[in-house]
Amino acid sequence: MNEIEEKAVQEKKTLGFWIYLMTDCILFASLFATFAVLRTATAGGPSGADLFDLDFVLAETMILLASSFTTGLAILGVARGFKKQTIFWLGVTFALGATFLALEITEFNHLVAEGNGWDRSAFLSAFFTLVATHGLHITVGLLWLAIMIIRLVRYNFKKTDLNRLALFGLFWHFLDVVWIFVFSIVYLIGGM
Amino acid sequence: MKIPIVVEHRNADARYISYVVGFVLSILTTLAAYFVVVNHLWPMEMRVYIILGIAVLQLIVQSVFFLHIGRGSHWKLVTYLFAILVVLIVVVGTLWIMHNLDYNMMHMSPDQMQQYMLENEGI
Repeated sequence: MNEIEEKAVQEKKTLGFWIYLMTDCILFASLFATFAVLRTATAGGPSGADLFDLDFVLAETMILLASSFTTGLAILGVARGFKKQTIFWLGVTFALGATFLALEITEFNHLVAEGNGWDRSAFLSAFFTLVATHGLHITVGLLWLAIMIIRLVRYNFKKTDLNRLALFGLFWHFLDVVWIFVFSIVYLIGGM
Repeated sequence: MKIPIVVEHRNADARYISYVVGFVLSILTTLAAYFVVVNHLWPMEMRVYIILGIAVLQLIVQSVFFLHIGRGSHWKLVTYLFAILVVLIVVVGTLWIMHNLDYNMMHMSPDQMQQYMLENEGI
């Protein structure tokens, strides 16, 4: 394959991944719609206003936003041709993403321990399904990120690594975009 | 260590600035939405629309500065717009139809519902 053909193949792969992300949008849309319908169906249990700690969620939001930014910096490291810079920012992204996940698990633990698990009401079922689906994506993203960091540390940069990094960037930015709506609809509006 | 393959080296500074601008605008919109809720600005109904508005604003910011919509493949933009259309149909359609099916009585107890049926539906 010559360079032009290779580039065309890569563009197709990127578009394919992008279309996957767009279908993921539809998955999240149906979960958001479910949450919006069941928001008030608390079955006599606690509502969002009783349960959500907005300061805690704001911290989560800022951490995820920062990790989206550092992903951008890592990709720029590639564009500038610095391997160390890329690995450093990917490491920071991993740390921020892992912190976000740890905070989310802490929140879930707290809710379940107080008897407000997914089995408490339709509202909480919808809440856990939506937020945990996002969390599951984050978990997969972290696994992907860890594998990429190990590869970059152990081996020289290859074109495939650069392409993977670009796709990971799309994935991670996409998850941050979904979280904007989790923050706004579930926590801010759901917590009113 | 230098990487042999240099991708878009010329644009690196412009892209760096674009990420910083996107990051700062995202922080500002997030804080704006947070303060609207914490300080109970505007009546409840109004607040919901304002928060949704701010969320859409941040969606646009991140789409432009982080996801680089509009650059690269033409199909990226087309699929993005189509996804937004489907998302709107799913979410708005669901809320609309569920409200209709429930006769707009989502927040009523069985007693209230019976009263409503007697008064408004002649049942």
